[in-house]
Amino acid sequence: MAAPAEPVSTPPLIELRDADIASAQSPDTALVENVNWRLHPGDFWAVGGLQWAGKSDWLTTVAGLQRPATGQHLLFGEPTPAMTQVELLAARRRIGLVFENGGRLFSHLTVEENVALPFCYHHNCPKDEARETVAAVLQLTGVGELAGQLAGQLNRSWRQRVALARALVLQPEVLLLDNPLAGLDPRQTRWWLETLDALNAGHAWMNGRPLTLVATADELRLWGTHARRFGWLQDRRWLDLGGRAELAASGEPSLQDILAA
Amino acid sequence: MEKASAKPGAAALLQAVATLPLPQGYLNFVGRLILRFLQTAQGVGAFALITLGVTFTKWNTSWRVIHPLIRAQIDRAGVRLLPGIAFLGLALGLVIVGQTVSILNKFGAGQYTGTVMVTVLIRELGPLAAALLVMARVGTAIVIELGLSRAQGEVEALEALGIDPVHYLVMPRVIGLAGAIFSLTVYLIIVALLSGYLFIFLQGVPLLPGEYFDLIARALLWEDFVLIGLKTLTFGTIIAIVTCYHGLAQRLRLEEVSEATTHAVAQSVVGCVLADALFILVYILM
Repeated sequence: MAAPAEPVSTPPLIELRDADIASAQSPDTALVENVNWRLHPGDFWAVGGLQWAGKSDWLTTVAGLQRPATGQHLLFGEPTPAMTQVELLAARRRIGLVFENGGRLFSHLTVEENVALPFCYHHNCPKDEARETVAAVLQLTGVGELAGQLAGQLNRSWRQRVALARALVLQPEVLLLDNPLAGLDPRQTRWWLETLDALNAGHAWMNGRPLTLVATADELRLWGTHARRFGWLQDRRWLDLGGRAELAASGEPSLQDILAA
Repeated sequence: MEKASAKPGAAALLQAVATLPLPQGYLNFVGRLILRFLQTAQGVGAFALITLGVTFTKWNTSWRVIHPLIRAQIDRAGVRLLPGIAFLGLALGLVIVGQTVSILNKFGAGQYTGTVMVTVLIRELGPLAAALLVMARVGTAIVIELGLSRAQGEVEALEALGIDPVHYLVMPRVIGLAGAIFSLTVYLIIVALLSGYLFIFLQGVPLLPGEYFDLIARALLWEDFVLIGLKTLTFGTIIAIVTCYHGLAQRLRLEEVSEATTHAVAQSVVGCVLADALFILVYILM
């Protein structure tokens, strides 16, 4: 919580310049227009928006999985259209992404195999050599006991935690989370917020390095005391709401309705 | 306004034309079918080139993860189909080899046994039958599993983890199927020749085992071994590329997976038959 609310002078990790966010289903349709956004090391962003506002498409565009319809997207200072496929895959390794609604785990693999896959692939090692690392990250996300179960047999909230473990196993610099609190009970919600706070503050798993976080959400109330920068997507507009003080003072009517609810 | 009135690109125009509902006119119907065929051929061709590029450039990348996947595909498309290929070989031996040799002997043309066996069974029927069996048993499963993976967003998850889906999903299947069809063809030919002789023996045809295999061995040329190798590898590559393309190329809805499987099977058969025709042509011209 000690980090400043305003961006520091370090170069941004990810940047969108005058970007129109395209829809995954129809790449010619812009869901959000003219987004100018920068992600600096150590930031903790919460980006809200009502359903169908384009949050998931915004996040996958930020991750470099989807190209903006117009405008520029930069990953670690490099414009993505100028990057080769190899460079793009290498850049994606530095970004962890937890998808919405169960995290898109590989349902035919066990929990352990799901988490071991990216580690083994990028370190070129057999599963046995990854066992210790995988056990540690599963312990961190509280799913160590489920290691041998097939991912497809778990309920959504546990799958989401396994997806978090899978994203963290490569010790990324940036962690993007698509609506991680959707449909969770209060206990699970508290666990997620506390874990994300710890990761952002510098968790032992990340060798004490603060993890830069971006989470999308249907509403921002739960994130008010956790995230430090806020954004809002509505009516094809991107609104940078600033820090906590600015969020409370925001005059955006739709946001005020939600915050007051 | 200038932008709006600008002519669309050739690719966009082709796409727009191909997606229009089919008109009543027969010629238009045929024309549109040809257009769609060419579009699919273009897509499959591009996908094949990407896969080829990935196979060569990433052969040693993450080999501790990828090579076990190749072995798993060989096991799935090759070893597990051995009983099926043995049954098919037995049936082909009884139905084709046994009957053909028996008829040839009846008409005093027993000396052509080797030539007929090599031409019909070893060059043509063996590779094609093994390829069709693998396509029916494994090719269809590939479309379904990759189609479901794509529909459930697992392919995007791979990309998000910095894993190239072509390297992880397609390359092991292509190599696995190509290797499996080659091995199965060899087994199929051996079983068919053996069971064929069994049928000949049971029918009382005066042909000793030594004479029978000598006739076949003398009819075999070194080109036949090259041809079997190239043909089976080509068939395996075609089946794997076409089925992976239909499973992965576009995001399918769950209800579209069955239709994609049907298209993949039909196109794999057409692809294998066309490749076979090309091989015959090359062989004749040699």
